[in-house]
Amino acid sequence: MHADPKGVLTGIHFIDGDHAACEGALAAGCRFAAGYPITPSTEVVERFAARIPLVGGMFIQLEDELASSIAIQGAAWGGKKVMTVTSGPGLSLMMEHVGLAAIAEVPCVFVDVQRGGPSTGLPTLPAQADMMQVKWGSHGDYEPIALSPNSPQECFDLMIKAFNLAETYRVPVFFMMDEVVGHMTERVVIPEASEIEVVERKWTAKKPSEYRPYGTDESLVPEMVKAGDGYRIHITGLTHDERGYPAMNAQAQDKLVKRLVNKIRDHRDQLVDVRADGVEGADVIVVSFGITSRVAGAAVEAARRKGIKVGHLRLIITWPFPAKVIRDLALTAKAFVVPELNMGQMALEVERAVSGKAAVLTLPHAGGTVHEPDAILAKIMEAAQ
Amino acid sequence: MNEPDVLACEFENPVMPYLRQERLPHIWCPGCGIGTTVNCFTRALTDSGMDLDKIAIVSGIGCTGRVAGYMNLDSFHTTHGRAIPFATGLKLANPELKVVVYSGDGDLSAIGGNHLIHAARRNMDLMVVCVNNFIYGMTGGQVAPTTPLGATGTTMPYGNFESPFNLPFLADACGAVYVARWTVYHVKQLAKAMLEGLKKKGFVFIEAMAPCPTLYSRRNRLGDGVDQLKYYKEKSKIVNGANTKDVGLTFQGEIVVGKFVDRERPTWLDAMNEHYTQHFGERFTPYGVSHAKE
Repeated sequence: MHADPKGVLTGIHFIDGDHAACEGALAAGCRFAAGYPITPSTEVVERFAARIPLVGGMFIQLEDELASSIAIQGAAWGGKKVMTVTSGPGLSLMMEHVGLAAIAEVPCVFVDVQRGGPSTGLPTLPAQADMMQVKWGSHGDYEPIALSPNSPQECFDLMIKAFNLAETYRVPVFFMMDEVVGHMTERVVIPEASEIEVVERKWTAKKPSEYRPYGTDESLVPEMVKAGDGYRIHITGLTHDERGYPAMNAQAQDKLVKRLVNKIRDHRDQLVDVRADGVEGADVIVVSFGITSRVAGAAVEAARRKGIKVGHLRLIITWPFPAKVIRDLALTAKAFVVPELNMGQMALEVERAVSGKAAVLTLPHAGGTVHEPDAILAKIMEAAQ
Repeated sequence: MNEPDVLACEFENPVMPYLRQERLPHIWCPGCGIGTTVNCFTRALTDSGMDLDKIAIVSGIGCTGRVAGYMNLDSFHTTHGRAIPFATGLKLANPELKVVVYSGDGDLSAIGGNHLIHAARRNMDLMVVCVNNFIYGMTGGQVAPTTPLGATGTTMPYGNFESPFNLPFLADACGAVYVARWTVYHVKQLAKAMLEGLKKKGFVFIEAMAPCPTLYSRRNRLGDGVDQLKYYKEKSKIVNGANTKDVGLTFQGEIVVGKFVDRERPTWLDAMNEHYTQHFGERFTPYGVSHAKE
């Protein structure tokens, strides 16, 4: 279906990534957001708070990130599309509720405008060091989805995709911005509502007597209802059966956890979103995501001018990791270069996918600024030798 | 005397329709007071005449945290301490719901204490039932922010030396519009308070004192559940309208019970609607208006 025009600010804008992310959420149909102030993410909810009264919805600033990350889940069961917005320290506090969203299968978007860490770290400067936290940060097994925009335009476009994926798979979706993407101002084109495809919640058509909150078909994604519709649902963070009732045994755990991970793993091929530039037949392939992909793009161009056969693979969806794409490229490429604003996180995934078939050269950076293009160029040249 | 055959009883227990009967038996110990509070809650639901499809119940974690799971309502068993913010999101997303938070003293006033005070400050339209058994039951008898001075828990093996919260005073000071305390001896009064809470608009806080015979009573040599009821009967003093400053509890001391606070303040949602109507005029469509008109 198409976006609700009330939330779509059609036109050509000159705005930063944080503001564009907010517009993306509104266009996607987000009508409830909760948050707690934290640099460099706060502009997202500041804009939401300013815009939402006339769009028709709700923003509430809560007492902390624990409250924010569970209030959105209450609101999701109240029928709304929801998000919360934070940065590293707040994301750490939200981790318990990432697990609740995973086990109770609550569609919701967590926006993480990444900054340098650990702890309070560098509040006003960029990093990409939360990549593994969003994959593994909450206890237990689950499969989140994460997207990495590299421009304000993508903050708008990919935010719509983030909401659509949250609704399609009923998982927490992480929107992995960083301080530079959040604060850079560029041209953002917002189309007409009729040109924006949004995914509606997977509402059930079943009667209350037939409905099982966690019964599924082959999609492994259950249909949803909202509180107040007469279904008298029970939702728990405990391991549960198809009725949603606690089931404290190994069989129920096996059935539930396998379904929770398989509903993503079985759809891994549909969840590949990469931008490949000259990767076919390349000797060296740079794998990048988020803001680093823009610097890497400049380095790749410079390397090509030097005659190196270099390709660039940009990861848009970072989780689930597109291992098969990289495994296939490793059959022909000699080496991969992985620049990232952390001390080597997604490089581990690249190494796992390449599995010794080619060299993997990491280019870690502790954050605080972006890579120098020359540093990536030097690493490409080293890899080409 | 022979045990009565409950299955042969020709009358259905009036509580049964409110319970998810397929989930029985419940996990609560013999002599525990939580079930008694649930009994009172079902009485309040009956007397309210409200549409049960429009009442949602949210619990945190712990023995009382299991209440949501037994109620045949839209029910949510959330994370430890976070029932109030979950309920906040649920209520704001769907204002036609009456949202009840039902949880224990540790869940609501320790790990969830921050949410309790802020929801009261905002006058979020929620009814909070806090079953206070003075101890962490589910995890085996550790001290809570409510454990009286001198009582013992597993993590204060030589007696508690921390001052406990006076929960009605806390809720009152933070802005709750309705504050009451009853014990599970006072079943009529507790049911009436819950009925008033269901009908009240704004942040309602009802403390229900309940025995934990397995951990609190046994560890403190207070006998069984009946002995605690005798204590509640003998040492309770009803003082409606009492200054909440004066209702703090001591170890086996006097218990001031009653309705302490009943006042009016705009709820968060009403305040938002009024403020934005003033600010934006006709461009603003009040949110959840059907409820606001009630």
